[in-house]
Amino acid sequence: MTAVSSTGFYVFSGVAIFATLLVVAQRSAVHALLYLIVSFLAIGGVLFVLGAPFVAALEVIIYAGAIMVLFVFVTMMVSPGSEASPAEARWGLLRALAGPASIGCVLVWELVQVLSAAPGVALSGNVVSPKEVAAALFGTYVLGVELASMLLLSGLVGAYHLGRRMLYRDREAS
Amino acid sequence: MTQVPFEHGLLVAAILFGIGLIGLLARRNLLFLLMSIEILLNAAGLAFVVAASRWGQADGQVMFIFILVMAAAEVSVGLALVLQIHHALKTLDSDAVSQLRG
Repeated sequence: MTAVSSTGFYVFSGVAIFATLLVVAQRSAVHALLYLIVSFLAIGGVLFVLGAPFVAALEVIIYAGAIMVLFVFVTMMVSPGSEASPAEARWGLLRALAGPASIGCVLVWELVQVLSAAPGVALSGNVVSPKEVAAALFGTYVLGVELASMLLLSGLVGAYHLGRRMLYRDREAS
Repeated sequence: MTQVPFEHGLLVAAILFGIGLIGLLARRNLLFLLMSIEILLNAAGLAFVVAASRWGQADGQVMFIFILVMAAAEVSVGLALVLQIHHALKTLDSDAVSQLRG
């Protein structure tokens, strides 16, 4: 049984939390996207350290790659409106964050209480190979794979339909 | 090399979820709302993988893949809606789309 590399875990976790905080606190959407990519890469590192190399690769390729590219394209297309809204500018981010943050702190405190009361168990750090993941995915969870494919198809059709209507409206306006 | 307690992994996932939740509640820009939802889903997936590492089973990673698929489908439709809203209203302020009329 190999132990999880604790230095790697804490460094990656710290970077992930710090970058995610910066995402929420940014005013410009492009800057937030850059920090979000850093955050996803750091979470990918956490997943790798936890013994999930396949999922870590998926995190980097799909989250930090594909989904972020979608975000970057849309941010480019709506660029003038992507700055902070007047309501945010009027409130100030800190004042707007005060309420949710204080409630969130209570939740985190309670979670720490509950978790610290439980008996301590170390993470095994056993590497779960892609082969085992694939065997579970296409064995036990094969129905889930079918449902996921239908979900992706409906997402594709929905996104295409929504994008198409905008093109039609442009043509009618011109 | 010391061992990382199970609770610390869950705590990291909880902190990331909390940050995403704060972003979802506090921000008004629709793009930031979508990014916060991505952070939330990612934190939930991280918790699944931490549990998978705790028990040494592959099931948690399978759940992470399902969450990934769901996030990808959600973000494509969500970003298409963002484009529509920006096209119709010329703004991304979520307060501007609270009227529910044409």
